[in-house]
Amino acid sequence: MEFFSHQTNFQFMATRKVWFGLSIALMIASLVLLFTRGLNLAIDFTGGVTVQASFPASVDLEPVRAQVAAAGFHDAVVEYVGSSRVIAIRLPPERQQTSAELRDRLEGALKQVNPGATVQSLSVVGPQVGSELKKSAAWALGFTLLFIFLYIAWRFHTWRLSLGAILAVMHDPILVLGFFALTQVSFDLNVVAAVLAVIGYSLNDTVVVFDRIRERFEGNRRLEPNVVLDQAINQTLSRTIMTKVVTSIVVVALLVLGGPVLRGFSAALLIGILAGTYSSIYISSAIALECGLTAEHIFPSARKTAVDSLP
Amino acid sequence: MLEYARWKYILIALVLALGLLFALPNVFGEDPALQLAHADHSAVTAAEMHTITGFLQQQKIPFRRAYVQNGRLIVRFASVPDQLRGSDAIDAKFQKTYISAKTLVPRTPAWLRDLGLRPMPLGLDLSGGLDLLYQVDIRSAVRQILQTYTQDASRALAEAKVPVASVTNIATDGSAVPNTIQITLAPQADLAAAKRAIADPLRGLTITTSAQSGGAVIQATMPAEKIRARENYAIEQNISILRNRANQLGVSEPIVQRQGNDRIDVQLPGIQNIAEVKNLLGQTATLEFHLNDVENNALEAQQTGNVPLGDKLYTDTWDGQPVLLKREVIATGDQLTNATVGESTQGPAVNVTLDSRAGENMLRTTKANVGKPMGVVLITKHSVTREVDGKKQTHEVTTEKVINDATIDGVFSDRFQITGLTLAEAQDLAILLRSGSFVTPIIPVSENVIGPSLGAANIHMGIMALVIGMAGVLLFMAVYYKIFGLVADAVLVANVVLLTALLSMMHASLSLPGIAGIILTVGIAVDANVLIYERIREELRKGVSPQAAIRAGFEKAFSAIADSNVTTAIAGLVLWIFGTGAIRGFAVVLVLGIVTSMFTSLMGSRALVTLMYGGRRKIARLHI
Repeated sequence: MEFFSHQTNFQFMATRKVWFGLSIALMIASLVLLFTRGLNLAIDFTGGVTVQASFPASVDLEPVRAQVAAAGFHDAVVEYVGSSRVIAIRLPPERQQTSAELRDRLEGALKQVNPGATVQSLSVVGPQVGSELKKSAAWALGFTLLFIFLYIAWRFHTWRLSLGAILAVMHDPILVLGFFALTQVSFDLNVVAAVLAVIGYSLNDTVVVFDRIRERFEGNRRLEPNVVLDQAINQTLSRTIMTKVVTSIVVVALLVLGGPVLRGFSAALLIGILAGTYSSIYISSAIALECGLTAEHIFPSARKTAVDSLP
Repeated sequence: MLEYARWKYILIALVLALGLLFALPNVFGEDPALQLAHADHSAVTAAEMHTITGFLQQQKIPFRRAYVQNGRLIVRFASVPDQLRGSDAIDAKFQKTYISAKTLVPRTPAWLRDLGLRPMPLGLDLSGGLDLLYQVDIRSAVRQILQTYTQDASRALAEAKVPVASVTNIATDGSAVPNTIQITLAPQADLAAAKRAIADPLRGLTITTSAQSGGAVIQATMPAEKIRARENYAIEQNISILRNRANQLGVSEPIVQRQGNDRIDVQLPGIQNIAEVKNLLGQTATLEFHLNDVENNALEAQQTGNVPLGDKLYTDTWDGQPVLLKREVIATGDQLTNATVGESTQGPAVNVTLDSRAGENMLRTTKANVGKPMGVVLITKHSVTREVDGKKQTHEVTTEKVINDATIDGVFSDRFQITGLTLAEAQDLAILLRSGSFVTPIIPVSENVIGPSLGAANIHMGIMALVIGMAGVLLFMAVYYKIFGLVADAVLVANVVLLTALLSMMHASLSLPGIAGIILTVGIAVDANVLIYERIREELRKGVSPQAAIRAGFEKAFSAIADSNVTTAIAGLVLWIFGTGAIRGFAVVLVLGIVTSMFTSLMGSRALVTLMYGGRRKIARLHI
């Protein structure tokens, strides 16, 4: 079985302006969402209390909210987790109460709704831990981008490819963040891990295409750069799609079966993988082309021979 | 013609065999079990084991096996109801003697256990339990040591009769925490004499002087490495105290570890009762040094109840024998600045350092009492909440224990050694002494309780996602690449086995994000195979012979595989370094998964393909 029975010959580079426009529009939309709506940060980052409780039968959220408020928790956010029998209650940081008291009070309130209610998990995160996590997540993101930039520059000898890779790599997490701002899905520490993994994967594709660009240039230094880039993308196209299909199979399995803890994580991965496929095809190589990439940039010796052959 | 070096086959076979062996302990599952231990860490004996198994048989509670492991008795049951009945019966009968804990014990066969092979332990999100994160107030640790320096310097100057205007703690590095003591001398004071006087008590500090109109000013600054050493001491001290107390909770495998700069993470699998645990972990302890009363008989005092005037009788002691100590206190724990394990001419020892005031007292006492014994008493306080008539009542419980009784060999002051101990005793005593010394305060900053049913649900979901995801990939590869797809499938399975083996070898605990990492690794491992097979197809399209196409496929795909894996590994390593807890678990799996997938896809799949299409025979067509 094959997706493409013969070598494809799509002219990706010819339409690059259109795709740039689309990407820029998507990125601007994501950034606007990010700054206006913001992310729905989980208590990992904000500090606070999360309680997960289960009921023997499905419950409506309204009576639960009413009972929780009656127990004195007026700022509580109550939502379903996975099924209508499991709920999560999120509270802002509480200073006066110990976690054991909180748990007793909440469990008491929930038993008013259904006597079979039980608290399954409770986490309390101090506000200082949250703000530190924000900082270390930002550092992790920065370091990942820096190391990747250095690695690409070292491997491909030209900033044109590095720049293309880095812009493509920034493109993907920005879209993922935009998705989280749009849907207000809870943004927790696992999602940060997923975003970093997305950066790794997205780059993975870009590097495979770059590797092929290098190979094509090596054999055909006289070919027009846009032709070479199109060839490289076409020749790796079935691999790109095949790998994405397979990775998506496992990520979808995680999304559907992995339970509420991993939902945000797998959603971020899925969006990232889709965005990464698109960006490695349309963005990274096209940017290098816009920057005037030619064979000489990858093989500096090529320029030397050209000079030598001058009369 | 395709060839592959024989040593590579041998290497692959060896790695696979080892991988299978190390991964094996994970397939046997776990038995519900009870773990019984003595509070003082002494080993449970075979005789005690027979008493307990006899008791269980008499109560008609069936159990699988009972054995002593690391000095703890493990009783394994076939089912959770049996375990609960056994636990209740044993607690009712032997509660005073043992700390008991309900736990899960891997059903690993004895021969694997004897080889030291263990399954991956489950993280708290899978096993259920309590996770507490404490912040150590390292600022107060530095403040405290600076306070000691201040007192010592003031005393030394007073003794040298140098007139002083003031001694204060200040911060010279712009921070809120003082790191310098500033001594302002009176106008008529002799600066040289002052410097001589403080040279010894302020050893190791950077001393600068300046002449001011009011009088000379001396500044002594703690060097950065000394501050760091003090902070590390504060954290290590708290870790050893917390670890000691966590062990007394009867948790099967408590984890107490440093996290980041100033945090301590305490993981207690199976524990649900937050309030009680926090109380026990947060208990306070102090130390007191007392002279022994050698003129009176402690045993007699215990029997008659007549304790001599000025003495106190202690029955809870390190060797179980009652001891009479004089009530007068020579030194207390907050005057103890350090206690470490060291070496002496008589073998292992504990090096104790006191502050100068306690040192003087110690000097006076030891001068008068050479050859007499001195006892060390550890006083612990913690609050216990009990339900009385439906109301919760909190009591402060104080226990006093003589932890050491040593003969004074000579005259000493602020630095001395306690000798005549085995190495293990010296380590225990150092921990006990430290736990009674000034303890840097810790504040719980985050708590996480996961119920056992939620843990079980998480593990079920994780395994389901892994099995379904993997089955989907295996099926898809077989359909898409036919025979080569089956090769990729074999390689994928080998990859999961090797990854499991590596994680078990490292004894890395498995969490839900870790399982996600394994699932993701399946996706990555496929990529390398896809790169190779697509390349082979490409070569075939060019009209190259099948065997040449295979060779070219493996060779040309190599650089793409290497580069693309390195970039993912970079992201994984950054996560490994910056992440904590479950995130680090994910990163570890991701990075190790890249290593195993490179090995299996490049070497394993090439070996398999060569086995199938190698040799000299001609192949008409590849099923790819």
